[in-house]
Amino acid sequence: MTAAIELKGLRKSFGPTEIIRGVDLTIGEGERHAIIGPNGAGKSTLFHLISGRYSVSGGTVSLHGENISNLPPYEIYRKGLSRSFQVTNIFPNMSVFENVRCGLMWVRDYKYSFWHLVDRQKELNARAMEVIEEIGLTSRRNIPAGVLTYAEQRALEIGIAAAGGADVIMLDEPTAGMSHSETDQAIELIRKITVGKTLVMVEHDMGVVFDLADRISVLVYGEIIASDTPENIRNSKAVQEAYLGAEAEE
Amino acid sequence: MSEITKSAVSELSRPLRKTLMPWIGFVILLLALPNIFSSNVGLYTMNLMGIFIIFALSYNMLLGQGGMLSFGHAVYFGLGGFMSVHFMNYIEDGLFVFPMYLVPIFGGIIGLVFAIIIGSFSTRRAGTVFAMISLGVGELMAASSLIFVAFFGGEEGVSGDRTTGPELAGIDFGKDIHIYYLIAAWVFVTVALMYLFSRTPAGRMANAVRDNAERAEFIGYSQRKVRFVSFCASGFFAGIAGGLFALNFEIVTEENLNALTSGVVLLMAYIGGVGFFIGPIVGAVVFTLLQSILSNYTDIWQLYVGILFVLTVMYVPQGLTGIIMMHTAAWRMKRLGILILPYLRIGIPALAMLAGIAAFLETVHHMRTAVEGETLMSLMGIEYDSHGIVTWIVILVLTFVGGYLTRTQLPQLREAWETANKPPASTKGAAS
Repeated sequence: MTAAIELKGLRKSFGPTEIIRGVDLTIGEGERHAIIGPNGAGKSTLFHLISGRYSVSGGTVSLHGENISNLPPYEIYRKGLSRSFQVTNIFPNMSVFENVRCGLMWVRDYKYSFWHLVDRQKELNARAMEVIEEIGLTSRRNIPAGVLTYAEQRALEIGIAAAGGADVIMLDEPTAGMSHSETDQAIELIRKITVGKTLVMVEHDMGVVFDLADRISVLVYGEIIASDTPENIRNSKAVQEAYLGAEAEE
Repeated sequence: MSEITKSAVSELSRPLRKTLMPWIGFVILLLALPNIFSSNVGLYTMNLMGIFIIFALSYNMLLGQGGMLSFGHAVYFGLGGFMSVHFMNYIEDGLFVFPMYLVPIFGGIIGLVFAIIIGSFSTRRAGTVFAMISLGVGELMAASSLIFVAFFGGEEGVSGDRTTGPELAGIDFGKDIHIYYLIAAWVFVTVALMYLFSRTPAGRMANAVRDNAERAEFIGYSQRKVRFVSFCASGFFAGIAGGLFALNFEIVTEENLNALTSGVVLLMAYIGGVGFFIGPIVGAVVFTLLQSILSNYTDIWQLYVGILFVLTVMYVPQGLTGIIMMHTAAWRMKRLGILILPYLRIGIPALAMLAGIAAFLETVHHMRTAVEGETLMSLMGIEYDSHGIVTWIVILVLTFVGGYLTRTQLPQLREAWETANKPPASTKGAAS
């Protein structure tokens, strides 16, 4: 079985500062993998490297065994990796429906077509409505995404990422800034949309992490210090010292 | 799929009759207009309007739809015009046989070709980089137009004759009314095509890239290619507008592709409202009216257009169409009537203030430009002494009393506005 994502000696520096310092990580097909670590450990940077937002300084990123290092984001997306963002990143002046539909067009092979009329594409629109129903925004579908509440925007963010049916989905802090009930809903949503898919997520909320993840990697100062099942991570002394301990002191 | 979802999907494919209604209305309007405004000036103005409508809409494919601020859109308009006028001359010389009414298509093709060449590097980035490249290309073209005299005709431009070539049902487009219907037909076709473009995947993604270029890359689209497609389409339609300009005026000069024309199209699109598809149409109509009517009354009409532009940018960035659209909520709730009286109460002093400001500008202009000793001037049929003390008292009173009264009327307008737009208490929150 090939791994969904494989990182080998991955490095990233900004000028003289090295943020990611040689990360080796294998994430299997269908796995729900969480990346945790203290602030500034480089979790988001790691996400940006895998999804093509940043160029790689050293090492390789492979998706299903294929080297995708330094490909532009849209090429990586077309190979089946989709992601959401930590800071909400949507199309604010377009309706919720349009946001989701845009997330569907490439995979439905519309590409840069100027000879299809989008409103006449029945399957495309039906699928967009299904996704909107899944993320619970059916009654809000016609309003501009920019005026949604924060939690709704987060749901839309996940919806856009998942709409295209990519088999690897990366979520960057999907529950950041949410209340308890909103977090519970978000977990349900993530569970629902990632059935049968590979999920990689960065998350600060340990409850969410231990609830969702099959495996957890701990990133500290640009290096993975442990990668194991939630149970073993919880009991690992090194992790407690480097991360959970630091958290408790705060 | 739940019931609500099914109904939501079906609401997208509205009945054909409803979709076609505005377009049928558009055709009727285009056919009826020359019967209402049948004078030569009327036809001249409407012909120019039609050309500017296509030009401004093509510009808005960049600015409003694609988030690309161009300072050099006249390049495609002008090149389309020059190409078309050359083809008009080829037809006249009998080099080949081609109906004159289709000549603008050559304008479109040259616009498209140049958009492909220039767009291949200028669409890499939006924002400042794109704006600067468009400005540079615009200057480059304007400079070359005086160098390559064979194509651009130097300072006097290139002229042609639209009455040659195969005729359409015995019409040789010798009369203004003929050219009106020709332009109207082109306007209808191109407006429809540009509208349809905005409803295609390429058009939708242009909006997405405008809103958030980075996110578009993470759903499979190269922001550069999305911009490139819009840019090419925009160049094509601008070229057609230029071709119609050549047919209408039978002369194309360097002025048609220089920075002034690029500025005019930006002005039209912005005053009309770049956020709406029909915005540039409104802008082109208003601008042409100002240009042809205001210029009959005053030498400084461009100053007024400039003031209108600055005021639009500062106070109503959504443009004139935006002001109209603001009233749709009240109109749907049948509460527009509430606003009539408040508008009158603020409108009358506001008009007095505007009259005062205009009188000030005109009088100062007269003092600066009139012959030495000539102090008698006429404004809107009123003759007065531009140096007289009474004149200045009237101007100051109009401006400041009008301005003060306008201010005092603001609260009542705000109150009426809130009453008119208050969501109905009983019905569901659909109006919010």
